[in-house]
Amino acid sequence: MTDSATREGPAGATYRGEALAIEFRHVTKRYPGQDAPAIDDLSLTVPPGETCCLVGPSGGGKTTAMKLVNRLIEPTSGDILIGGHSVLTYDVTTLRRDIGYVIQQVGLFPHMTIGANIGTIPRLLGWDKERIAERTGRLLDLVRLDRSYAKRYPAQLSGGQQQRIGLARALAADPPVMLMDEPFGALDPITRAEIQDEFLSLENEIRKTVIFVTHDIDEAIKMGDKIAVLRPGGKLAQYGSADELLGDPVDDFVADFVGADRGLKRLSLRSVGELADPGREAPPGAPSVVAGTSLRVGLSVLLAQGAEVLGVTKEGRPAGAVTLAEIREAAGS
Amino acid sequence: MNLPAQGPVIPDFGNTSGCKANETFCWDWFADHWDRFAAELVQHVWVSAIAIVIGLAIALPAALLAYRLPRFETPAVVFSTILYTVPVLGFFLLMIPVTGIGLLTIEIALVGYTLLLLFRNTVTGLRSVPPEVRAAALGMGLTPGQILVRITFPLALPAVMAGLRVVTVTTISLATLAAYIAPYGLGQSILFYIGNTFISGLISAGVLAILLALVADALIVGLTKLVTPWARARRGGA
Amino acid sequence: MIVVDAWRFLADNPGRVLGDVAGQLLLSVVSVAIAIAIAVPLGAAIGHTRRFALLAVNGANVLRALPTLAIIAIGIGLYGVGFVNIMVALVILALPLILTNTYVGVAEVEPGTVEAARGMGMTGWQILTQVELPHAIPLIMAGIRTGTVFVIATAYLAGTAGYPHTLGSVITNPTLPVSQLLAYTVLAVVLAFAVDGLLLIVQRAVTPAGMKIVPSTAA
Repeated sequence: MTDSATREGPAGATYRGEALAIEFRHVTKRYPGQDAPAIDDLSLTVPPGETCCLVGPSGGGKTTAMKLVNRLIEPTSGDILIGGHSVLTYDVTTLRRDIGYVIQQVGLFPHMTIGANIGTIPRLLGWDKERIAERTGRLLDLVRLDRSYAKRYPAQLSGGQQQRIGLARALAADPPVMLMDEPFGALDPITRAEIQDEFLSLENEIRKTVIFVTHDIDEAIKMGDKIAVLRPGGKLAQYGSADELLGDPVDDFVADFVGADRGLKRLSLRSVGELADPGREAPPGAPSVVAGTSLRVGLSVLLAQGAEVLGVTKEGRPAGAVTLAEIREAAGS
Repeated sequence: MNLPAQGPVIPDFGNTSGCKANETFCWDWFADHWDRFAAELVQHVWVSAIAIVIGLAIALPAALLAYRLPRFETPAVVFSTILYTVPVLGFFLLMIPVTGIGLLTIEIALVGYTLLLLFRNTVTGLRSVPPEVRAAALGMGLTPGQILVRITFPLALPAVMAGLRVVTVTTISLATLAAYIAPYGLGQSILFYIGNTFISGLISAGVLAILLALVADALIVGLTKLVTPWARARRGGA
Repeated sequence: MIVVDAWRFLADNPGRVLGDVAGQLLLSVVSVAIAIAIAVPLGAAIGHTRRFALLAVNGANVLRALPTLAIIAIGIGLYGVGFVNIMVALVILALPLILTNTYVGVAEVEPGTVEAARGMGMTGWQILTQVELPHAIPLIMAGIRTGTVFVIATAYLAGTAGYPHTLGSVITNPTLPVSQLLAYTVLAVVLAFAVDGLLLIVQRAVTPAGMKIVPSTAA
């Protein structure tokens, strides 16, 4: 899927097709006439190819933080670096064309065909027609829509299909960085889960550095390599992996935000196979599950059967056991 | 523009062989006088087309201005609304002392009556662009000029075309009144044959004016479909 | 100078001026009333049943395209000069506006609202009169107002259609002095604004309170 084309960025970086780190350096955004800053001294680094979910209550400034990256909002102080170059040194138009942008309402251009929508940025970049058509076709494959969709208009597509096109359009020029603002928030739960899974497998393939804004902590746990929790007033409360956040929230605010059931959520992140002691044998009559089962489901099985030890099988053969106490410990903070 | 030969003082009904005075419509007479009607028809098209094109040339930039600077909107709408209540013929005649008897007077009046609808529809169209479409375009890195040319204006087209459609038939209708001022268009025959017992002339001119309006209306509808193919595309369609 | 002459003309001929104004008003009111009597029931029926909608919309567009003077001319040929001639032309002028607005107003009631009404056990007639028509009133009134302004601004063509007792007695006679023309043209404008203002008051009075609240647009 990688597009071999590379292009000189204005700051001299050649970066087409390769993921770049995003670094916030003491970024503050203050709107005129407001006492409290929207973003207060935010510093964090998203490593190349990772997805960082920005979460927090409304008023936490997560969308503001995201829009600072493609300069839809300009910072009051501080700097943001993409691949080591300050976004402030780029021409905004060029900068935005190098950043994929997906929003909740999709915002497809209703008067353009799907093909023309996906090809918007390549056209502005001056690609020739065959290359744009080829790229459009491959992107439709990537988001699992038939290539014949290229000739349709947005109004002829369902909400889920439209958001797939929104994703394809953002990926069109193979940007190193993607910004996604509650991209799946308007979809029904089934479609949302489907498109989340597709995006995860897509991310494995294309390796973009993604900033993903969501208000849904479960979505953040599912989608994010790292999660940044912002508290009201735009201060970074905690930044880390889902496991770190769930297992060791730094304060009550984060603990509240990730939810009182954070232990259970944490159990969903690991499988029984990871925890099982291969040398241990489950007592006769103990329930057993396959190694890939999440600890959360394993716990549920133990509780349902009133058992203390859970057998683990791998490819039909016993592969150790987990105890209720071990699961409790894995959930603990 | 070629003026048709003015009829003599005593109406010349030509060779009316086979036609009776009170007959509703006499084809022979119409065929005999086709040249005269054809000339007036062509004039009518020109007089209307000039007014519509000038109207567009004024209303579109004005609408763009009002879209960018909303404080221009109210004065423009008030001015055009007042104009709409003015009897066209009164406007025509009152212009004569200023702009004289002739095409200039006619066009100024006709253009005036095109402005309100073209302006208002264009402003409405420009404002109807969904905010998320604009947000996506901006975030993707389209410049304000590219957003205007590639996104905003095409999306305003259905509203502009709807205004153009009404304006076209209205202008053709009002242009029939131009003959009160100066010898232009199908109104000449209407005024020429009015008050005569021989009514084929009136019917001919009237029907031609109606046909012209209907054909122009159909052409604009066709043009609209051509330039806004997406407007018909709905789910399950195409 | 012309303005003074125009004023003097009005002041010196109160009887004739009032007669012409009254004639113009009567002609306009009768024409609009007939247009309403045809267009509102027709538009409501089409909007409610959604049958013949395409026919009605296209028919209205054809009517809207007809040049008024052409209708007068053909009318002279078919049914002669006089009040009926100009009235038919004015009805055709106002009718498509009122028809389209009534149809759209009735047809565009939220499907959910109509479904709720049906679910509550309202009959088709009750839905039309208690849900759809009240919802359509602002649009219907807008159509009536625009149609009336057009009719008043066009009624002077009565002078050409052979019905002299209107402002057309001066406006369609290019041989009269400009001052008289100015006086009557201004009268026509004043009349149009006065009637439009009156209709605006009527519109406010007949619009259900709930329809006056402009919903704040969601972000």
